[in-house]
Amino acid sequence: MGGGLIIGLIIAGLFVVVVFIVMAMYNGLVKRRIGADNAWSQIDVQLKRRYDLIPNLVETVKGYAGHEKGTLEAVIAARNQAVSLSGNASVPQRAEAENVLTQTVGRLFALAEAYPQLKANENFAKLQEELTSTENRIGFARQHYNDSVARYEESRQSFPTAVIAGMFNFEKREYFNITSAPEREAPKVSFS
Amino acid sequence: MSGGPGPGFGPGFGQARPREEPGAVPKTPRAAAVNLDAVAAQPEMRAKISAYPGNVTFVDLIEKNRRQSIVLMVCMLALAVVVGGVMAAAISAYGGGVATFEQLLPSVLLGGVAALLFGGIGAVWSWYGGAAAILSMSGAKPITRADDLELHNVVEELSIAAGLPMPRVFLIPETALNAFATGRDPAHAAVAITTGLRSRLTRDELQGVLAHEMAHVRHYDIRFSMLMATMVGLIVFACDAFWRILRYGRLGGGRRGSSKDGAGAVMAVVFIVALLLSLIAPIIAQIIQMTYSREREYLADAGAIELTRNPQGLASALQKLAGDEDPLVDAANRGTAHLFIVNPLRKMRQAHQSLNTMFSSHPPIQDRIARLLALTR
Repeated sequence: MGGGLIIGLIIAGLFVVVVFIVMAMYNGLVKRRIGADNAWSQIDVQLKRRYDLIPNLVETVKGYAGHEKGTLEAVIAARNQAVSLSGNASVPQRAEAENVLTQTVGRLFALAEAYPQLKANENFAKLQEELTSTENRIGFARQHYNDSVARYEESRQSFPTAVIAGMFNFEKREYFNITSAPEREAPKVSFS
Repeated sequence: MSGGPGPGFGPGFGQARPREEPGAVPKTPRAAAVNLDAVAAQPEMRAKISAYPGNVTFVDLIEKNRRQSIVLMVCMLALAVVVGGVMAAAISAYGGGVATFEQLLPSVLLGGVAALLFGGIGAVWSWYGGAAAILSMSGAKPITRADDLELHNVVEELSIAAGLPMPRVFLIPETALNAFATGRDPAHAAVAITTGLRSRLTRDELQGVLAHEMAHVRHYDIRFSMLMATMVGLIVFACDAFWRILRYGRLGGGRRGSSKDGAGAVMAVVFIVALLLSLIAPIIAQIIQMTYSREREYLADAGAIELTRNPQGLASALQKLAGDEDPLVDAANRGTAHLFIVNPLRKMRQAHQSLNTMFSSHPPIQDRIARLLALTR
């Protein structure tokens, strides 16, 4: 009788421990998933920042180098393409559009080198700093997102959390890949 | 060193450059980045760099420094327990009536437990309350976005990289080349940089320096170093208290004559051990504390690279700091020295830096540069 009680208590105790472990693992997964989601929304914030800066930049450049229509139009087109995809497109599609935008803006700044008056313009210098910063922010936000996804995926795929992840349907998260440069490389932008 | 440092202004007399041209992007021509290839080619530097494995990454370095700082933390705790145990044993032997070592065991345990207890209280205190009381940033002026767009942008970029809230940004109006971080947690963090350093760095270098400071914030170094300082304080206090008890006891020392014959030898051994320990324990504690501090500096360097993925920026900035004759910051003292990017207290001439003393809060700059350059191979 007494022995049965003790065994019963031990089993109950073990059950409580298991429940706590499962809870901790579940909460850990949720925390990391939220971390990844937050990091993702930060990328959006920074991309939006860039969409807002670009029309300003194009206007400023137009005043000094209006005849460089091809480059200016390419920038506008790339921006509009990126904006239109920002609503609902898949991660790889968006990454592609953003890469095109980065490249065309880079070309615009390269072009500015040939216009000393434009370079001396205070507004342009300010925009240049803001865009340099925004490029860095996007790079860092993407880096932070990828790190967050790596942490999430690590616990989602490793045992024993993988069992919990499977039970509660924790879905796979995609990395925000860049096509050209290797991911580990510094997000370095230098327009000056 | 182009445009050498001006006369040493005290706080309040600083050349607050951003205030003179508010809202403008800094237009002063920047000093160029250091030629790191030339630095890496120096024979001494090449030897230091080749000491690291060719495929070393910042992840390896971070893990290594984390491990070592945990070991040092445990060493400090062990030292506190040993000091507590031995001091308690000596005091109980001094009280008389102890003939064998076995009889001392309860007091050793009691002393050890007491040390753990006080250590625990100290840890809780420094973790939750104390850190708020460390720093008044004398001389540092808060900087807004309009004051210095680039500086503000760089810090904001790094807070995005770290996934932390944006810290407050301060400028210290001094010609010295230095920077520091403070705040008990990332939500209350602040980073500060001297005007001297601010005006001499390229964007990448500035990013490296501030990333080092952000790494301190991210690693909770302000709290951990408080914790270490508290433990050192406890050990020093225990040893000091032991000496006081001895002196106080000698004044009323008549009781000791009544102890048994066997007690003499036990007492002598315990006493010699306790005396020696009370002399060297404070020194060992400080060596552990400073070794820990240097370890955390290396960790912050590696953590900076985790954020920027650009070892050249920080390496180049450190090379500029190494050439500086005047890293002294008026607002710094021994309690806050570990928060700066380079030791703000001592003149760091080139010859001085290779001298890695056990009591230095920062590793030699050349060693830090070598470690960063090892990541660029």
